[in-house]
Amino acid sequence: MRKHFSNYIEKIADQEDIVFITGDLGYNALENLRDKMSDRFINAGVAEQNMISVAAGIASQGFRVVCYSIAPFIVYRCLEQMRNDVCFHNLPVYIAGNGGGYHYGALGSSHHTLEDLATLSGLPNIRCYVPAFLDDMNTCMDEMFARRQPAYLRLGIGKEMPESLSQTSYGAAPVLNEKAKMTIVAQCPVVNNVIAALASNQEVDLFVVNRMPFTEMPAEMAASIRNTNQVLTVEEHVAVGGIGMAVATLAEKNAISVKRFECLCAQGYPDGLYGNQNFHQQASGLDTTNISNVIASFLE
Amino acid sequence: MIPQDLQGKLRARIIDMNYKAKSGHIGSALSCLDILITYFYNRQPGDSLILSKGHATSAIYAVLNELGEISNEVMETFYKNASVMTGHPAPLKFPSIPFATGSLGHGFPLAAGIAKAKKIKKEGGTSYVLMSDGETNEGTTWEAMHFAIQNKLDNLVAIIDKNRWQGFGNISDVLGDTSSPVVWKTIGFEVSEVQGHDLVAIKNEFAIANQHKNGIPKVIIANTIKGKGVDFMEDTLDWHYLSMNEAQYRAAQASVAANYGL
Repeated sequence: MRKHFSNYIEKIADQEDIVFITGDLGYNALENLRDKMSDRFINAGVAEQNMISVAAGIASQGFRVVCYSIAPFIVYRCLEQMRNDVCFHNLPVYIAGNGGGYHYGALGSSHHTLEDLATLSGLPNIRCYVPAFLDDMNTCMDEMFARRQPAYLRLGIGKEMPESLSQTSYGAAPVLNEKAKMTIVAQCPVVNNVIAALASNQEVDLFVVNRMPFTEMPAEMAASIRNTNQVLTVEEHVAVGGIGMAVATLAEKNAISVKRFECLCAQGYPDGLYGNQNFHQQASGLDTTNISNVIASFLE
Repeated sequence: MIPQDLQGKLRARIIDMNYKAKSGHIGSALSCLDILITYFYNRQPGDSLILSKGHATSAIYAVLNELGEISNEVMETFYKNASVMTGHPAPLKFPSIPFATGSLGHGFPLAAGIAKAKKIKKEGGTSYVLMSDGETNEGTTWEAMHFAIQNKLDNLVAIIDKNRWQGFGNISDVLGDTSSPVVWKTIGFEVSEVQGHDLVAIKNEFAIANQHKNGIPKVIIANTIKGKGVDFMEDTLDWHYLSMNEAQYRAAQASVAANYGL
């Protein structure tokens, strides 16, 4: 998604009100922007707190400012700058973090981002975008730039959206299957593991949510859960503040009875061991095999 | 022109406000008042100022009240419920307070951002930020200093209200002098020092800083006295925190009247 992101920005870089700031990252990905944007491309160095406040200052003068780093650095280090300077003032500063979830794998826990949506999506005025595919990345970024309010964009591994899904205002939805026995709501590129786990003939409605906070239950999702009474949520994020909790709350709020509700999510480092993204997904039960088994148990 | 008795008059108002609100941070407001008066009575179109030491908010409210931007009626709501007059500036309430502050270490990089935006747009005007000396302990000071130098922000003027007191001690007893002119000069700022209660001297330093379009950001270290103008509040840590009882209030007003010939 990083290259896709960079190409997207390059296409709109002629708009004079766009400024791009990197926290000293972007090797082999952002050179195109540096060459094209001149003094509207800034390398703020290894200084994330300053980067976000500077961005707020620039945005206060009429610019839309994109700040780029790897996800953990741009979420946690400068949270107060994001809250006080950007969100309190409702400024169009868009923080883009590469490598959400366990993306950076064996680089270690400092480089993982498992609590970003819980951390950011409660801030005032912000919208968090978690594209799951290359296709919905464009939609998310179109909205982000048009909205002119604080935003967070979580980037990961991008694949094409399958034909069985259609984009919606909150992510993606299937054609509802009247015979469906369970509803899956998934978030971020780990949805690709769900897609791999779903045999083509299974009676499952799969939804993808790519915007947080998720505060309204879409009609078709409500209809699906009313029909199936069984919900599985899947996310590469901790349970607290993630999509599982949001769906559970909205089901309750909409008085939808659910017989079985299960949340597959990031479990941190259950064995205290580290490895690549697949290793961590497996340790959290987010791998295709486990998801497949869980789905089978729902469909029994 | 700055009215002759303004320094005394606004001190009396700050004391009134804080007495009615039973609030503290009086010493901090009296420390930086003269810098704020100088800025607001000499500002030019395109200039902006961020009060990064947000706890001195009663000083900026008093000046904006004098200039008519905050009405007497609104002034009466300081620290009250359903008010926009909080103990640290609230977001987006007054045109002359561009950013809410209160957590230290934000104003300097915000002001650097404003200065950078002016450079990109090729606009005039100066981006000022008023910081406390204790505030320069914050790591963002180091970050923003280098950003400002690297980006040649000669339209950025940082003013440090150097009263030598911070949260729980004298600056020399806490982390040492992070607002030392030697430090700032070594890193690459154009540094000047001024007596921070002398309106003419401060104005001159502003003028000099604005004349030097040399690619170098500026810092003006204003040597001040915490609690300036109220004898028993001067140069003590106590009046960073305390609120006044009635006897102290009367004594404070008498002290200001005597010191400023009101």
